[in-house]
Amino acid sequence: MSPSVPLQEMIRAIRSARTQCEERGVIQRECAAIRAQFRQVDNGARSHNLAKLLYVHMLGYPAHFGQMECVRMIASPRYSEKRVGYLGAMMLLDEKQDASLLITNSIKNDLSHSNQYVQSLALCTLACMGSAEMCRDLAPEIDRLLRASNSYIKKKAALCAVHIVRKVQDLGELFAPAARSLLSEKNHGVLHGAVVLITELCERNPETLERFRKTVPDLVQIMKGLVISGYSPEHDVAGISDPFLQVRILRLLRILGRNNEAASDAMNDLLAQVATNTDSTKTVGNAVLYETVLTVLDIKSESGLRVLAVNILGRFLLNNDRNIRYIAMTSLQRIVGTDHNAVQRHRGTIVDCLKDQDASVKRRALELSLALVSASNIRSMMKELLLFLSSCPPELRAQAASGIFYAAERYAPSQRWHIDTILHVLTTAGGDVRDETVPNLIQLITNASELHCYTVHKLYRALLNDISQQSLVQVACWCIGEYGDLLLRGECQETEPAQVTEDDVLDALETVLQSHMSSPATRGFALTATMKLSTRILDNVDVIHVGYEFSSALSLKLQQRAVEYNALFRKYDHMRAAVLERMPVIEKNSPGHTNGESAGEPMKEIQPPKVKQGEPLLPQQPANQVCDLLGLLGGSEEPLQPSPAPGLSLNTASTAGGDLLDLLGGLEPTPPAPVTVYEKDGVTLTLSCEKQSDSVLTVTLTASNSTDSDMSSFTLQAAVPKSVQLHMKAPSGDFLPARGAAKVTQMVVLNNPNKVNLKMRIRVSYTSQGSAFQDTVQIDSFPGLSAAGH
Amino acid sequence: MSHDNSKPLMRFLLLFSRQGKLRLQKWFTPMSDREKKKIIRDMTTMVLARQPRSCNFLHWKDLKIIYKRYASLYFCLAIESQENELLALEVIHRYVELLDKYFGNVCELDIIFNFEKAYFILDEFLMGGEIQETSKQVVNRCIESSDMLQETMEEYMSKPAF
Repeated sequence: MSPSVPLQEMIRAIRSARTQCEERGVIQRECAAIRAQFRQVDNGARSHNLAKLLYVHMLGYPAHFGQMECVRMIASPRYSEKRVGYLGAMMLLDEKQDASLLITNSIKNDLSHSNQYVQSLALCTLACMGSAEMCRDLAPEIDRLLRASNSYIKKKAALCAVHIVRKVQDLGELFAPAARSLLSEKNHGVLHGAVVLITELCERNPETLERFRKTVPDLVQIMKGLVISGYSPEHDVAGISDPFLQVRILRLLRILGRNNEAASDAMNDLLAQVATNTDSTKTVGNAVLYETVLTVLDIKSESGLRVLAVNILGRFLLNNDRNIRYIAMTSLQRIVGTDHNAVQRHRGTIVDCLKDQDASVKRRALELSLALVSASNIRSMMKELLLFLSSCPPELRAQAASGIFYAAERYAPSQRWHIDTILHVLTTAGGDVRDETVPNLIQLITNASELHCYTVHKLYRALLNDISQQSLVQVACWCIGEYGDLLLRGECQETEPAQVTEDDVLDALETVLQSHMSSPATRGFALTATMKLSTRILDNVDVIHVGYEFSSALSLKLQQRAVEYNALFRKYDHMRAAVLERMPVIEKNSPGHTNGESAGEPMKEIQPPKVKQGEPLLPQQPANQVCDLLGLLGGSEEPLQPSPAPGLSLNTASTAGGDLLDLLGGLEPTPPAPVTVYEKDGVTLTLSCEKQSDSVLTVTLTASNSTDSDMSSFTLQAAVPKSVQLHMKAPSGDFLPARGAAKVTQMVVLNNPNKVNLKMRIRVSYTSQGSAFQDTVQIDSFPGLSAAGH
Repeated sequence: MSHDNSKPLMRFLLLFSRQGKLRLQKWFTPMSDREKKKIIRDMTTMVLARQPRSCNFLHWKDLKIIYKRYASLYFCLAIESQENELLALEVIHRYVELLDKYFGNVCELDIIFNFEKAYFILDEFLMGGEIQETSKQVVNRCIESSDMLQETMEEYMSKPAF
């Protein structure tokens, strides 16, 4: 067929444009010309123009002005114009456009055209972009064509019917009988279309599925014919007779055999035959085998057949073609739950695929390997997985690390193995592990008490080696802090003896503290570890030094910590030993406890940070109560540092237990409920207070007006005993609307450094209904303070 | 078996050059122009970024993307996630064979300058997102006959050849 010169000239012109701008210019000119042509009544070159427009459209330029031209062309009696018109309709119109409805009539006419190629255009277009309305309209016509036409039209009508059913589900019933009879056709195109149609009907309607189960023997026959028949030139693809049809039939068989013993039995032999006879040297054969495997695994097949299917997948894993390896993995992944033992038999091959060059295959191999880990193979599998981790692509590291942790947790044969494994992961991929790894590992370590010596030696050595992996460094610091004495002891039955001096240890921690690679959290760990060592080793002069340096560190947390530690050395040296005592075994808690939070930080971080710099913090609890605290909190990393909770300093030791609970409840002492201190003439004044420190108290006064008239110029004035300092903050407003519609709040900050008996006199003044009012109230007791006002 | 599952085997087919220039687009489900543009961008970016010896399958949203390079053209076919990838590769290959038979040693330029023929051939091979005709010879014969019909009609109209 000779090419369209005008079209090709335009294409050439567009392609020779050197810049985007030039191209736009050419296209604008062409489109203008095309538009002009469209306006002409009779024009022999109409199809060329539309074709040009379609080309322009494909380059990404707007072409909607061609929509009506498509409609006109489709209605033309000329085949060449119809051809391009229908193509244009498929490219420019979709069911959402109104113009698409305009072609319904043309399609209807063309469906009964005398020429099959014209019919074909209509069928193709309908199946491509027919809206639900059009489908409803034309369905009877399609059904007619399904029954009485030549093969060429029947096959197209079948796919048209598929489209119709997808758009208008109820019409499925209309096509079911015709679909059934099409199965006896010989023409492969028609058969294929019929199978697709039946599949569609069965997937949509369970009753239809039931009825079509009866076709299983027919389908089996057809398949047999394809599989064992001789060479058929029409349909041969590399020795397989019509693989497309075979796959489609296998798919239908799968749907019919699912959850049905009888149907599955009827196809059992056939599936075995296909599985064994299909030539697997080329992709096309493997495509059929693959579909067969999927079918076998999905229906109620005999166990022998299932094993056969899994073995095919196992063979696929050894195939040179990486596509085949990849789909084998995805299939095995799907069945690793249901056919676990069968998949386990291929574990070796799967593990080998961890070394595959292809990233997708590697990923699948990882997922599958993790799924295949069990108590019996944990040691060998972990060896492979750790090997994989050290060389795996970066995007898979996090997944590998977490998978390894999970497997280790479930199947660890010993605690030492578990710790070793985690350490290995931290050394190789410490940057890719999740945050909770650090507390989890710490918890694990504390639980393996016989291994403390071994662990701290190993971690110390790891620390000397590399301080860049933050999670590893954090755990190492924690361990050195806790078990530093074991480290200094020198021998440990599990590792080679090493002589570690106190200076060595302190140097190691100092390196961490000073390194630019260490994050603030890591530095915190190192600092705390250094402090702890002060009670575990003998010389501690340097230790104090280190802490002092950090009291001017940039990180607030670090600064706070350093200052507190300094205090521990100065004013509270007698407490130090108790506070820095060895941690008890940490219970494994449910998430939501410290383990779930970023518990790399010591407890102090989640205390209300109300400490002023330089102010010493008072350790309120004697040593035994520290342990109780830990028991109650269950899972803190640090002994509870002296808390800044204000209420404690004002209470006597006898109420220590109660305060402990207060401390724990919500971690912030909840302010007591507001107390009504004044109620007169519709004005209600409530008072609540909150301790900010042991001498500072914030009092909040809330006023409301329950009368029927508004109050304006509402002010509160306060007076306190001489030694108490008073600071009134700006009130929220001075207008109290009637009927308690809104409130006025006034904050008062009191500083009572001499701890005198706290009293406050409040004067209330306001204007209501034109008159001024004034009243005074004295407050002798504040909620939350004891009667003595402390 | 929910009817939502029922979608055609193929969602879309794209042909583009190594520079990402689109040469053919066939959409098997209705989509807005904006969606189409985005998909084209995503596909070209993803596929062109692939290493030379990677496997031909990608995951993208809820679809499997099967792609293969033939000379200077990438063929990119999106199929539903439960469909057979190996067969999709065969579909692509079959289309290339059909083009090759029609144009005789087909190259990218053929598809550029005769894009409408590429569509006509495609429309004899696939329909509504499913395979329409499984025999190469049948498709070739039909295309030839349609072309003949077009020519005779043209002669009949006594207009100069294109």
